[in-house]
Amino acid sequence: MARNFLKMALVLMALSVLCSAAWAVDGERLKVATTTSLQDTGLLDLIKDKFDEKYNVSLDVVSGGTGIAIQYGERGDVDVLMVHDKERELKFIKDEQGLERRCIAYNYFLLVGPKDDPAGIKGMNASSAMARIMEKGLADPAKVMFVSRGDNSGTHAREKLIWKKAGYNYSAVNTSGPWYIEAGQGMGATLNMANEKQAYTISDMSTFMAYQGNLTLVPIIDGGSDLLNVYVAMAVNPKKHPNVNCKLANEFINYLVSDEGQDLIASYGTEKFGTPLFSAASGSCELIGCSAAECAVPTSASCW
Amino acid sequence: MRALDLIASRDPQVVEITLRAIFISLSSAFLAGVICIPLGGIIEFRRFWGKRALINLIQTFYSLPTVTVGLLVFLLISRSGPLGGLNLLFSPSGMIFGQAILVSPIMIGLTITALAGVGSPVRDTAKSLGATEMQIIITVIKEARVAVIAAVLLGFGRALSEVGVAMMIGGNIRGYTRVLTTAIALETSMGNLELSMALGIILICISLAVNLLLNRFQGRQEWRS
Repeated sequence: MARNFLKMALVLMALSVLCSAAWAVDGERLKVATTTSLQDTGLLDLIKDKFDEKYNVSLDVVSGGTGIAIQYGERGDVDVLMVHDKERELKFIKDEQGLERRCIAYNYFLLVGPKDDPAGIKGMNASSAMARIMEKGLADPAKVMFVSRGDNSGTHAREKLIWKKAGYNYSAVNTSGPWYIEAGQGMGATLNMANEKQAYTISDMSTFMAYQGNLTLVPIIDGGSDLLNVYVAMAVNPKKHPNVNCKLANEFINYLVSDEGQDLIASYGTEKFGTPLFSAASGSCELIGCSAAECAVPTSASCW
Repeated sequence: MRALDLIASRDPQVVEITLRAIFISLSSAFLAGVICIPLGGIIEFRRFWGKRALINLIQTFYSLPTVTVGLLVFLLISRSGPLGGLNLLFSPSGMIFGQAILVSPIMIGLTITALAGVGSPVRDTAKSLGATEMQIIITVIKEARVAVIAAVLLGFGRALSEVGVAMMIGGNIRGYTRVLTTAIALETSMGNLELSMALGIILICISLAVNLLLNRFQGRQEWRS
């Protein structure tokens, strides 16, 4: 008797899961894993509204750092990645996890810090500025601090790259003392933390501008090839993950690189911040280190 | 205060998130209840080796960290996981499934406690009238229904207020899996403190309503007996 009850419970559970699964697949959905900067600035909300309307689908945006986004891609949990870490993108394609790399937008990272610039790094290039922050931070951690994303995101990857360029071993840097703070959070939360502690941090330009209203930090170093920040879209490979919605994924990427999509990206933020948050990739392909194929329209990836 | 304005003006975004949060958590509490109440009954009425240890274990799991459950369920229902084919990740059904697992220990445990509170005369009477084991369990559950309902409502409260499973399984997708707690986390990190506060106030109000409901139930029961 008790066994019957258990059976019944199991059947009910299976039923309700199935029912809700069926209920969930009304209309086509496209799952996109994105870096926080594209989401927190509101750009993807705008793109979602336009794309949903045009194709009568639903864009499901899951936001996290580039690290977790690539994880989602490798597990086949999403259809499209929008990320910004060239090294890991190329590896993703090489591993045949993704189809094609398409450059969609760019801007620059900023090294932001307190207005009075306690480490005195103004005018330096990014790598020597970071070296100076470390030196001053080790000497007086009460005055000079650096907050790191510490979350394997694209921004964090860039920070490590800059440390490497400055001649430091990252694992030695992040354990060297209390001046180095690992937030382990998204860009917005990291900026808020740096603001509370009056510390330096590296932020993508768009998130910084979106949060600027709440911050007293200012950009100390901007521009320079070390700080170039290129956003890329990649469809997840259906050969590895037969469940992904490859057709719609390609359509979405084509929409992003189309004139309409590029205009949307290039003008976003003008109204609210007085200046656009991103630049369109089209037309600047060489400048931002993308090959002609990586800017080609439309994407040539096929879905088998 | 702008937070109160947002609630008073029934901001469509706030309303939508609130309704979704209630729907998902109610569903998960219901799903868990359907499984856990009979299961609690069976554990309470059967004698078996290791029963005490099992109950201890269940009680330990009352405070199961939500992120741990989130991670386990993520690995379970991710495309590369054993239940990947169900396409549950980043969907409301996935959240319901995950939250149901999260609140199961508390529901089983509280059901056991509730049933243990029903005196043996009830059981003995049912038994002497020739009831089968299932009939006895049903009789006792009916007798203890207020406490059992309390278990379900507590499960609902835990599901509604947790953020680990909702974030890791739902993915905080706008208009699809965004619920009160994940919206609060996001809006706070975006610096929209008023909106966060508004959502927080709603969350507290729902908890309060659940509590009042519970008290009413219990009050009526006492008045009858």
